[in-house]
Amino acid sequence: MTTAQEAIIPKFDDDSDDSGVRKLAIICSKGNLDMAYPGLILGNAALGEGVELHLFFTFWGMDMIIPGRMNELKFSPSGNTAMHMPMGDVRIPQALAPMPGMQPMATKMLKKQIADLGVPEVPEFLAHIVASGGHLHACRMSADMNHVALEDLYEGVEDIINASDFIELTAGAQLLFI
Amino acid sequence: MPVTTIEGHEIHVDAEGFMTEYDEWTEELGKALADAIGVELTADSWGPIRFLREDFKAEGGHTPTLRRVSTVGGFDTKKLFELFPKKPAKKMAYIAGLPKPAGCV
Repeated sequence: MTTAQEAIIPKFDDDSDDSGVRKLAIICSKGNLDMAYPGLILGNAALGEGVELHLFFTFWGMDMIIPGRMNELKFSPSGNTAMHMPMGDVRIPQALAPMPGMQPMATKMLKKQIADLGVPEVPEFLAHIVASGGHLHACRMSADMNHVALEDLYEGVEDIINASDFIELTAGAQLLFI
Repeated sequence: MPVTTIEGHEIHVDAEGFMTEYDEWTEELGKALADAIGVELTADSWGPIRFLREDFKAEGGHTPTLRRVSTVGGFDTKKLFELFPKKPAKKMAYIAGLPKPAGCV
């Protein structure tokens, strides 16, 4: 071909002049191990794409930012019909799910599967998110219910804000409730 | 596979423009690729870029994710965001002549 062609260069779209920066806010309201990860993974991905990120921890999600709890999140097969045995494709019967020993076993299994993929545990993941420029906020009402102040929370948490503050903070943001 | 020319270097790329031939890359080309996406390289930029190249080879053709560059390569995450603004993992991969990282974390 003799015609001059334009070079193929990826469009990173980070200097486009469309108004404002893309912003994502994720409400983390669950304290189960399996439900802690979706917010962390998506939030981290957003930061890697140059998106401004705010994680808002509320209700059971407070366990993700309380030292002493954040590394001890649990996973229970109880009420989860998609929980399969390690071998074969056998579901754990729901009648057995609440049995003693099931929750520690399921938690251990899930932690191992997550670690095998090179995905960090919750505290380390949050540290990576903070280092990448993500913002962590705790919910005022949940902090009051748990009788915790900012100094009792994971060091990366910036502030404790109320519902109105959150609404104000997330003007124009895309929202995810987990 | 398309072929494109960046500052006089003819290279094989994918549809987006990421290089597909590991051995076509040189550091000189790396500078041209950085220029093409508006990233200014400093002396500190080369450590991560060389790590990406080495790790890709050692790991059987997997571009390291940002977290891997930080935990295994030992480069500070904040610094990586300064050196390769906004989309560090993709920009590093592009400049290092590698595909985009496939991992989620």
